[in-house]
Amino acid sequence: MAYFLQQLINGLTLGAIYGLIALGYTMVYGIIGMINFAHGDVFMVGAFLSLISFVVLSQLGLNSAVLAIVVALLFSMGFAAVYGWTIERIAYRPLRGSFRLAPLISAIGVSIFLQNFVQLAQGARPKSVLPLFHGGFILYRADGFDVRLSYLQVVIMILTAVLMVAFTLLIQKTSLGRAQRACEQDRGMAALLGVNVDRTISLTFVIGAMLAAVAGLMFDLYYGVIDFFIGFLAGIQAFTAAVLGGIGSLPGAILGGLLIGLIQSFWSAYFSVEYKDVAVFVILVLVLIFRPSGLLGRPEIEKV
Amino acid sequence: MRALRDGGLAGLVTLVLTLPIVGLRTVAAPEGLHVVPQIRSVVTIVLLAAAARFGIGLWASRPRASRPPGKGNAAIGRWVGGLGLLAAIVLPFVGSGYVTDLGINILIYVMLGWGLNIVVGLAGLLDLGYVAFYGVGAYTFGLLSSDFGWSFWEALPLCGLFAAGFGVTLGFPVLRLRGDYLAIVTLGFGEIIREVLLNWGVVTNGPNGINGIPKPSFFGLPFSRYAPDGGTTFADFFHLTFNPSQRQIYLYFVILAMALMTNFFTLRIRRLPIGRAWEALREDEIACRALGINATNVKLSAFGIGAMFGGFAGAFFAARMGFISPESFNFGESALILAIVVLGGLGSQLGIVLAAIGLVSFSEIARSLADLGGGLGGLIPANFGDYRMLLFGAAMVAIMVTRPRGLLSQRHPSVLLGSVAP
Repeated sequence: MAYFLQQLINGLTLGAIYGLIALGYTMVYGIIGMINFAHGDVFMVGAFLSLISFVVLSQLGLNSAVLAIVVALLFSMGFAAVYGWTIERIAYRPLRGSFRLAPLISAIGVSIFLQNFVQLAQGARPKSVLPLFHGGFILYRADGFDVRLSYLQVVIMILTAVLMVAFTLLIQKTSLGRAQRACEQDRGMAALLGVNVDRTISLTFVIGAMLAAVAGLMFDLYYGVIDFFIGFLAGIQAFTAAVLGGIGSLPGAILGGLLIGLIQSFWSAYFSVEYKDVAVFVILVLVLIFRPSGLLGRPEIEKV
Repeated sequence: MRALRDGGLAGLVTLVLTLPIVGLRTVAAPEGLHVVPQIRSVVTIVLLAAAARFGIGLWASRPRASRPPGKGNAAIGRWVGGLGLLAAIVLPFVGSGYVTDLGINILIYVMLGWGLNIVVGLAGLLDLGYVAFYGVGAYTFGLLSSDFGWSFWEALPLCGLFAAGFGVTLGFPVLRLRGDYLAIVTLGFGEIIREVLLNWGVVTNGPNGINGIPKPSFFGLPFSRYAPDGGTTFADFFHLTFNPSQRQIYLYFVILAMALMTNFFTLRIRRLPIGRAWEALREDEIACRALGINATNVKLSAFGIGAMFGGFAGAFFAARMGFISPESFNFGESALILAIVVLGGLGSQLGIVLAAIGLVSFSEIARSLADLGGGLGGLIPANFGDYRMLLFGAAMVAIMVTRPRGLLSQRHPSVLLGSVAP
């Protein structure tokens, strides 16, 4: 029971990270119908950005954990936003309206480019982050096993929850959110009604990149080790989360992320660590076979 | 003026992009990471980006003469194809061992490209895990030879069959899905195969891979210096002096023949009802369903046949290298093969050859440029080879953006109503 509870907490923390990345996939898919394959690498860049800001802060002699988090958040979100904007501008916008595979191939190119860019600029060796938060609560104690909820996990969950609320408000209440929903339904009609479609799509990428950067920051803190290749696997798993939740559906992305996180941590705890990624893919295939529109997605009807 | 402004803007954006990632390099030290500023690199990159954007702006605003639409592409294609084939046959006899080796490498990718082209180019199904079938073929032969002592030619059909079996098994549940989902499922499948190869140590020997896979023989005549018990070698049989390059040239012709077989098969099957159904399905699935084509079966056949050629190529790869490990079958390979197909122009056989030559020899060229760099007084940095994957990614984006249909795009139907296409 205690072990189970511990895995539940670990899985939810992991799931929060996946959920934030998955939001970027699902938003972009919803609005322009492409799989932004480079999104995982934007997450990786975000992780590096916050790592750099941690190192700079400690070099300046500022060691407050709260300050570090706030600065790293602003730093990585700000710069990652420019990455998101640039990628869309260079690699995807010229291909809008082109045939279906073209943006995907272009995205794979961006992904390869970003990985090698970071590898060349920051070196191929894994980088480790010193833990910012120590200790935690002991929730429950049973036959020699403590169920721990570390302060870090609390921070990750709170941060995710706050971002989710802010994000939901953004989509539902602001004019940008309205424009996004309009573009999602019918881009041509939205343009006719005076929505600046290019700008809306750009902002979608910017928001997605910012969320990915937050996920990168959490990854830094939670795992403590990053390298230039983390984006590939995290990206695929987040995409799986988005599909599981129903691609195009925002609550679905978070739900899918949490489920993937839980599946991974339970699988590694009770079955085998080696095959935890295989488990995720098997789940993806099963979902696609039995419920292709995901848990919360609407079935797509193709009209002639 | 506009070009100047764009150049300045590009420089500014590049400055923001590179300032943290390039400018603040984190270096490991005993007491933890610390940051080393790299101002020169940032300035260089920013200036390069601004200059490149400025150049593109100037080039885009040049006065343009309208070109007459091209004619006789098919005829030119046939000429180039014939000459290319001739060159390919002559190559190992005139080129050095290094050139032949590079040729074998290129031909493996040509064959993989042609195989994947059946799936992606003809049937229009995006497969991001093609390397899985390549890996299945390679491991089938590796295991058959090491555990049961099968020779290359005995195992080859089985390798193709196994890979095709995997293709059909995978394809059966997922081919009902829309294209993008299919892409990710195939990507996942490729990773599953790799992880299973890596972790199922009892059968696959895990990360250590399989060693000592035999080379193919020439109708039972091995290419070795000394004859095995009760046999003769190739050199003895034809009264030649033994030379290791004979084996290499033989391998070259084996893969050339296998690749050409793939090409011939593709060209023929495009005319058959099944091939026409693939192309029709690529263009409009709903119309196909309305006309009574069983879309799932048609896709499945494309998937299986494409996988089969991947399996053949995998068996050859295992035989040629003599050693295989799961790391040879990672996603990077899938991306490279897909890039060859797409950059070559989906569906164009000749384009794939050109793209394979370009992409495979790209890294070789990068390496030799790096060697040259020392001689040219540091004009080309000595670590130029490190930049090749970076440039590869950038080139993929650039080609897609400028020519979304690939270098040689060919999208006209193979068979026209009323007349048989050439």
